Amino acid sequence: MTVSRALRPALIGVFAIAIAIIPLLAGGFTITLLNYIGIYTLITLGLVLLTGCGGITSFGQAAFVGIGAYATAYLSTAAGLSPWVGLAAGVVLTGFVALVLGYITLHLGGHYLPLTTIAWGVAIFLSFGNFQFLGAHGGIGDIPAISLFGFTFDDQAELYYIIWFFCGLALLGAANLLRSRQGRAIRALRGGKGMSESLGINVFWVRLCVFVMAAALAGIAGWLYAHMTRFVSPAPFDLKAGIEYLLMAVLGGAGTISGALVGAAAVALVKNWLQDLLPLLTSNSANLEIVVFGCLFILLLHKSRSGIVPLVRQYLPFKPDTAPPPEAATPVTLPTIKPMPQGSTLLKIEGLTKRFGGLVAVDNVNFEVKAGTITALIGPNGAGKSTSFNLITGALKLTSGKVTFAGHDLSGVKPHEVVSLGMARTFQHVKLRPTMTLLENVMLGCYQRSSTGFVAGALRLDRAEERAVYDVAMRELARVGLADKAHELAGNLALGQQRVLEVARALAAGPLLIMLDEPAAGLRSLEKQALAELLRNLRADGMSILLVEHDMDFVMSLADRVVVLEFGKKLAEGTPAEIQANPAVQEAYLGSVE
Amino acid sequence: MSIPGGGARGRSMTFDIFVLLVQDAIGTGAIYVLMALGIVLIFNVTRVIFVSYGDLVAYSALTLGAFELNRMPGTVWLVLTLAAMAFVIEAASLIRRQQARQIPKAFVYWGIIPAIPVALTFLIGAENLSLPVSILLTIALVLPLGPLLYRIVFQPIATAPVLVLLMVAVALHFAIAGLALLYFGPEGFRTSAFVSGDVMIGSFGIPQQLILIVGAAAVFSAILFLFFQYSLAGKALRATAINREGARLVGIWTTRAGALAFLLAAGIAGVAGVLISPTTTIYYDTGLIVGLKGFVGSVVGGFVSYPLAAVGAIIIGLIESFGSFYSSALKEAIVFAAIIPIVLWRWLYVSAHDADEHEEE
Repeated sequence: MTVSRALRPALIGVFAIAIAIIPLLAGGFTITLLNYIGIYTLITLGLVLLTGCGGITSFGQAAFVGIGAYATAYLSTAAGLSPWVGLAAGVVLTGFVALVLGYITLHLGGHYLPLTTIAWGVAIFLSFGNFQFLGAHGGIGDIPAISLFGFTFDDQAELYYIIWFFCGLALLGAANLLRSRQGRAIRALRGGKGMSESLGINVFWVRLCVFVMAAALAGIAGWLYAHMTRFVSPAPFDLKAGIEYLLMAVLGGAGTISGALVGAAAVALVKNWLQDLLPLLTSNSANLEIVVFGCLFILLLHKSRSGIVPLVRQYLPFKPDTAPPPEAATPVTLPTIKPMPQGSTLLKIEGLTKRFGGLVAVDNVNFEVKAGTITALIGPNGAGKSTSFNLITGALKLTSGKVTFAGHDLSGVKPHEVVSLGMARTFQHVKLRPTMTLLENVMLGCYQRSSTGFVAGALRLDRAEERAVYDVAMRELARVGLADKAHELAGNLALGQQRVLEVARALAAGPLLIMLDEPAAGLRSLEKQALAELLRNLRADGMSILLVEHDMDFVMSLADRVVVLEFGKKLAEGTPAEIQANPAVQEAYLGSVE
Repeated sequence: MSIPGGGARGRSMTFDIFVLLVQDAIGTGAIYVLMALGIVLIFNVTRVIFVSYGDLVAYSALTLGAFELNRMPGTVWLVLTLAAMAFVIEAASLIRRQQARQIPKAFVYWGIIPAIPVALTFLIGAENLSLPVSILLTIALVLPLGPLLYRIVFQPIATAPVLVLLMVAVALHFAIAGLALLYFGPEGFRTSAFVSGDVMIGSFGIPQQLILIVGAAAVFSAILFLFFQYSLAGKALRATAINREGARLVGIWTTRAGALAFLLAAGIAGVAGVLISPTTTIYYDTGLIVGLKGFVGSVVGGFVSYPLAAVGAIIIGLIESFGSFYSSALKEAIVFAAIIPIVLWRWLYVSAHDADEHEEE
């Protein structure tokens, strides 16, 4: 994800100096081109956060650019206000429109959401051309130049500095954000709602914030565009532009900050090159440009979906940033939950029932988990184990019954709030972020114990807390024996280690109870032994564990207490020895003994 | 479809106007129904949300328009170019798989057969065609576009995530709409009406044109229904739609199913284009707007249900027709804004019935 620490400020410095001196060397045409690249970069950066990191595909960014551009165009001409008022109004207006649209649509999943972005994108674009006060299809001309302290930025070379100032700030802020608490949450979104909620992330809220942020960046870009061209009309904000921005993000490498810059530059240069080349071949060059563009995009999606930056990065000798955040002057410790006394009732399940239509998957199940013990929930296939598990963690809604955890009634508690009460879980099908390091995955576990917001993260005001999160994550990685791999990508681990990594992530939440959904499934014998050993050690440290499991040997050698389910009902409960001697259990597993 | 003198702001709604608007909505809606059927068909079999489906409809209407003006439609060049590309891609993939012996067969499939309607067009010539002949030629020319586009654009990434396929489909729209501009020019086409006059039922006049459109839409929907219900190929398509892996295991050639779905959908697009051509002026880039509206119908059907898709298409026809009465300028914007609540409603319905979670990578 990052260039090594020493190199990073140096690279940024070189980049900043290069940006600063280019206007002294380059001609007017190059500067105009660079101005466009800067504006495109801002828009694409929003898409990198939204689509590349957050997994929300939007075809409608161009409409937000349009809102930003029209807001300032209208205010600075018809209303005669300063362009800076236009900027504020544009950002507020795009943010507000995004908030409303996002609030309505961001619950949508799958391909429904991208389709709605096409819909509102086209609707907003069509509106520009039909409002008389916005000049209808003719647009708004004579937009004044930006001025600051009496200095007017009225030619391209002057405006260049304003554009790249905003662009640089946005790039830095976005890079900081992605490496902060909320940035990790954004990058976790692609792992699915179940995973994010189990970590205490309010998925809808995070999606909404990224959506508004991307729109605001587009709004700023629209402001710069309006004062650069001094004229706005509907055409540049259509769906075609929307897909062009998406192309930039995908081409550069959606998911990487530098990809925004690279993608924007690549598309602008290719466009420029096509404009030079095509007229030599045909008289219809303007029309052919879009054909070539469409074909290039299709080819790109056929051949390489990861984009330029990840492709190039493979060949660069950059090492990931392995240095911990600096020791804070006033160290912060993450909040912990007061543990329950050993042997007291930690989790109490009463009358747990779940119906799917006519099918009763879980029928009036009662049991308890005592603090400091390992309790196993077993049963044949279809017995309702996983359903019970999901009912307890809040992933499914109860039909009736009551779950009490550490004195809290869990009815009405949202899935993402359960973890802050001290209940952390793992998944039967491992849910990790393969493109994040082990350390980052475990740091995600600390999400609900920390509090840095989007703005603080982007401004890097999170150092002290980040250090505390880092320390916790490293400690949990060491506890499960993965500390030496902390900076490797989670996707490179074997399944057994991925399971263990999920346990470390659950531990990082500082829970009272960890819930393991079939932890031994798919593991080799040695891996199972190692996992059992780890769980025993956790119990010795006072941790309470509830696991759902198929593997009898694994359960019998490990659990203090076993609950057997069959056809959704509790069949037996007791110590492993009692369960093994229970004729009803034997019958359920082996068939009746005639 | 436009209403005579439509969009008169502030004009009061009378019963006559109401009837006119509903008739208009049914006519437009019937065409959207056909398009929704094609889009759902393609999505079911290939998972492609084919937003550029409307472009095939536009090509059909523009081709018919060119015939009416005694011009050779540019569609012939598009078909020939795509056929050449498809053949080259197929041949290259055969060589890679060391099945070069199959190349002659591939040449027949991808090179010769799609070119037959083109050859026919050149043979018959584009001048002074009778209406039935020009309609048949139009549909025949649009027909090969479906499988050819599938072979070139979608088959190589058949297993990609739905979102990637969607992005490709959007990019494809710009490519083929751009080509339409080259072939047909920027001016719009609107063919003369096939039939004129009203059929009187009591004191109501129902335009014959409307009856023709609705009738054609009903007939083709019925044919499609019978095809899926009773023919082996139709059943194979349904099987592929339900479970691609499973279909492959029982010997259904899923890439062929994809090509077949695109072929059928292109046929439907051809018919829809012919029906829409006398009622709406079609420009080279109208496809997206028209297609997206047919699309909303499919969204109502959740992309899987044909009858619901038809209902959705009629709803869009109504919104459009009444929207154009109250504000002709914002008519299109209203239709697109209306997509959002429809999608939301659909999503609530889906998420209440299907708790499965989508995990993207």
